[in-house]
Amino acid sequence: MANSDAIVSVKSLTFGCHILEPGNAANFRTGDWRSMRPIMDMEKCIKCGMCWIYCPEMAYNQNEEGFFIVDLEYCKGCGICAHECPKDAITMVPEEG
Amino acid sequence: MTKRVGMEVSIAVAEAAKLARAEVIPAYPITPQTHIVEHLSEIIADGELDAEFVPVESEHAAMSCCVGAAAAGARVFTSSSSQGLSLMSEILYIPSTMRLPMVMAVVNRALSAPISIWNDHQDIMVQRDIGWIQTFAENGQEAVDLTLHAFRVAEMKSVHLPVAVNLDGFILSHVIEPIELPDQEDVDKYLPRFKPRYKLDPRKPISMGPVGIPEIYTEAKVAHDRAIKNSKKMIVKAWKEFAEIFGREYHPIESYRTEDADLLLVTMGSISETAMTAVDAMRDRGEKVGLVRIRLWRPFPGLEFRKAIGKAKILAVVDRCLPPGAVCGPVGAEIRSFLYKIPGAPKIFSFVAGLGGRDVTVERFEEMVDKARAYAKKRPRELYEVIGVREQ
Ligand code: SF4
Ligand code: SF4
Repeated sequence: MANSDAIVSVKSLTFGCHILEPGNAANFRTGDWRSMRPIMDMEKCIKCGMCWIYCPEMAYNQNEEGFFIVDLEYCKGCGICAHECPKDAITMVPEEG
Repeated sequence: MTKRVGMEVSIAVAEAAKLARAEVIPAYPITPQTHIVEHLSEIIADGELDAEFVPVESEHAAMSCCVGAAAAGARVFTSSSSQGLSLMSEILYIPSTMRLPMVMAVVNRALSAPISIWNDHQDIMVQRDIGWIQTFAENGQEAVDLTLHAFRVAEMKSVHLPVAVNLDGFILSHVIEPIELPDQEDVDKYLPRFKPRYKLDPRKPISMGPVGIPEIYTEAKVAHDRAIKNSKKMIVKAWKEFAEIFGREYHPIESYRTEDADLLLVTMGSISETAMTAVDAMRDRGEKVGLVRIRLWRPFPGLEFRKAIGKAKILAVVDRCLPPGAVCGPVGAEIRSFLYKIPGAPKIFSFVAGLGGRDVTVERFEEMVDKARAYAKKRPRELYEVIGVREQ
């Protein structure tokens, strides 16, 4: 899971290892150790946004048509969205490879 | 002019924290530290000190609360001992690498088993590597002065580290000594308001204490190590400032009658006063004996130590801690590795004395000196010897 952006020298390390830029975790690809991924069936989806509310990684974003689309750069595959979806529109499938 | 008054050393240390205008004091009582936090809770309740006293449920919570308060930018003080200090252990490493200043008075006491409330240095030696600046007081006045100095150093911009001031349980903490408490005005001059480099503030959000992945952890630890090594200059500077304002001078290492000495005792803490008496007695008999006392333990002041030992041929290093199965006590091991292979380095013998409240008398120091001289001629099997053990 080496991420070249995270490599810093002793000198460039922030004081006390503090994160001085709020929300900068968005700059790092944090979803690459996922073992399952959520697949959404748009036929079943009613755009209620429960997946978006419950996702602990804030991986869902709403598109122009109103669907909530997962950003796999950040999704950890926890399955909470699939569990919470009232329409069973989300299925967790194993990551290949 | 301030005047010297008879005062229990614990009360005096609490008064020093008050003079320093500590703002948050999370603490849990444990013998022999109790009087310090008890007195602070009283003076806060009486409105004499405008601070938050947090009566936590354990020492683990006390140190966690200290970390939170320091992260929020408060001037933090706490105190602990022995088992209580051990219960803090998980948290103690955190404020140091996170560069959060705070001051803790460690009232040194033995560790169980067997249960002992009495004095030695095992509690702090277990915490030797927490990355805090660590000083050792010899007497009550020094405990007060080192407490004020600790706040000054901890909060210096280039230091920003927690500081532990060690004072011997009962032997110092519960003894009434003549103590000069400085004027508030002078302390205010010495200790300007704490301006943290960073603090948790919703108007300017930052995160403290994130995960350090393998790509960062080494660098974070090296940054901490460099910070504490570099802090020595500032520690000395803060003692100089202290002398200018309060008139009492302190150094990382103290020497007593070391001129022309061929054998030196090396001590830390309150037993050094007895050691000085022993040195005087031996000097009266014509023995060339002196004393070197380590006041600053972390960062270890190697250069100053080397200067202090001069041309002595034998060192008798006294440890107040017995790490079972180790090559010798921690102070002995430190000095051995520091002087290893340095040309002309003295022979070093390690003694363990004063465990769990056992008195270290003048005669015991004389015994150590005699034994060190004998061992210099005939190398002993072990690298250390525990003094005063009853075998029969
Ligand atoms: S699987 Fe978990 S992390 Fe991934 S989108 Fe669903 S809730 Fe978010
Ligand atoms: S919770 Fe299910 S139904 Fe609701 S928006 Fe998400 S996928 Fe669609």
